[in-house]
Amino acid sequence: MVKFTVEDHDGNRQEIEAPDDMGLSLMEILKASEYPVLATCGGMALCATCHVEVLEGEDELSEATDTELDQLETLPEYFPTSRLACQVRISPLLEGSVIKLRGEDN
Amino acid sequence: MITTDICIIGAGPVGLFSVFEAGLLKMRCHLIDYLPQVGGQLSEIYPQKPIYDIPGYPEVKAQELVDNLMEQIKPFKPTFTLGERVDHLAKQSDGSFIVTTNDKTQVHAQVIVIAGGLGVFEPRKPALEKLDHFEGKGVTYMVKNPETFRDKKVVLAGGGDSALDWAIYLSKVAQRVTLVHRNETFRGAPDSAAKVFDLANEGKIDLILSANLKELGGNGHLNTVKLENKSKEEITIDTDYLIPLFGLSPKLGPIADWGLNIDKNAIEVDTRDYSTGVERIYAIGDINTYPGKLKLILCGFHEAAIMMHAAFKYVYPDQKLSFKYTTVNGVNSF
Repeated sequence: MVKFTVEDHDGNRQEIEAPDDMGLSLMEILKASEYPVLATCGGMALCATCHVEVLEGEDELSEATDTELDQLETLPEYFPTSRLACQVRISPLLEGSVIKLRGEDN
Repeated sequence: MITTDICIIGAGPVGLFSVFEAGLLKMRCHLIDYLPQVGGQLSEIYPQKPIYDIPGYPEVKAQELVDNLMEQIKPFKPTFTLGERVDHLAKQSDGSFIVTTNDKTQVHAQVIVIAGGLGVFEPRKPALEKLDHFEGKGVTYMVKNPETFRDKKVVLAGGGDSALDWAIYLSKVAQRVTLVHRNETFRGAPDSAAKVFDLANEGKIDLILSANLKELGGNGHLNTVKLENKSKEEITIDTDYLIPLFGLSPKLGPIADWGLNIDKNAIEVDTRDYSTGVERIYAIGDINTYPGKLKLILCGFHEAAIMMHAAFKYVYPDQKLSFKYTTVNGVNSF
């Protein structure tokens, strides 16, 4: 299991614990935790409706792929450590990180 | 006024297939979709992605599935209103409905089927003060008719393919095109990006990079757009139009106000026939929810078949429904 913190649109923080051996994505865990993440395309990095900003722990994560960066580019607003939650795997690398929900869609 | 038996809101795969199920029961369909083409998210978001869980197709590209569905429903001559959003629903004294779109198209139908997927794909809007004030008065999110911009000054904002493509196209039509992009480079199609840089070098478009939209100005109609660049300097551009192109995002839209039971952006239905709480209104596909719901195209197809059989009684109240197989009866076109 891995533990990390999620900050919602109102700034409320909650620690989340998720299994890191099931090949889940951060988007799937956010949805399962009842956060209002649309994830329209279901995790193909094609819609940018699971936009998050990594507030802490960004150096640990794998780099965004071109497809992911292309999608972030279409948003009206994004940040240097913006990610699409569907492209972030739940792995020990996430331990201790802080993730903020972003985007008007979420 | 368009008159039909069944009005289907949403022309994605489930909406399209429901035409087939209705057609077998001799019910005619009219479909309305806010996107300019049929296919819903399959055509709009991932046309070239393979899908592996359509029964009978080990692998099929999303657009290919849409094309096949269009072929399959051809015998039943469905009619379409595309690029319009259903805004209003009015119940008639005989139980039927009249729906009205944002462009005032009206459809009279005995039964309404909401196959709206995740909702209406609406343009993402930049966070700017007074944006809504200038919508339709200089700010537009779609280029419906390029002639609107002939000999006008146009500012485009965005860095994706559509921003690049429209900058290139409108450079031939508009008096002046300015493309504003927040980065130094474009991630869109390299050919289009190269073309945009060429046009900028030739002085045919103004390219402003590393800049963000900051403020809109105008008395009634938009006439200035203020930008801020990396060094926090402000640039004011005189313009007739601003077209922000930041992609589309799904919203439930006016459906939310129709008195249906809605749970987390989905319409609650009775799984016996996928009816909503309102008589003669059904909801199928990704837009509905019920215990055990799976958002799969194949589940939507199943829902369409059951739902159309249930709706038969409203279209042919005096007839008895007899269930028939296509293998026995074939497909009898209208």
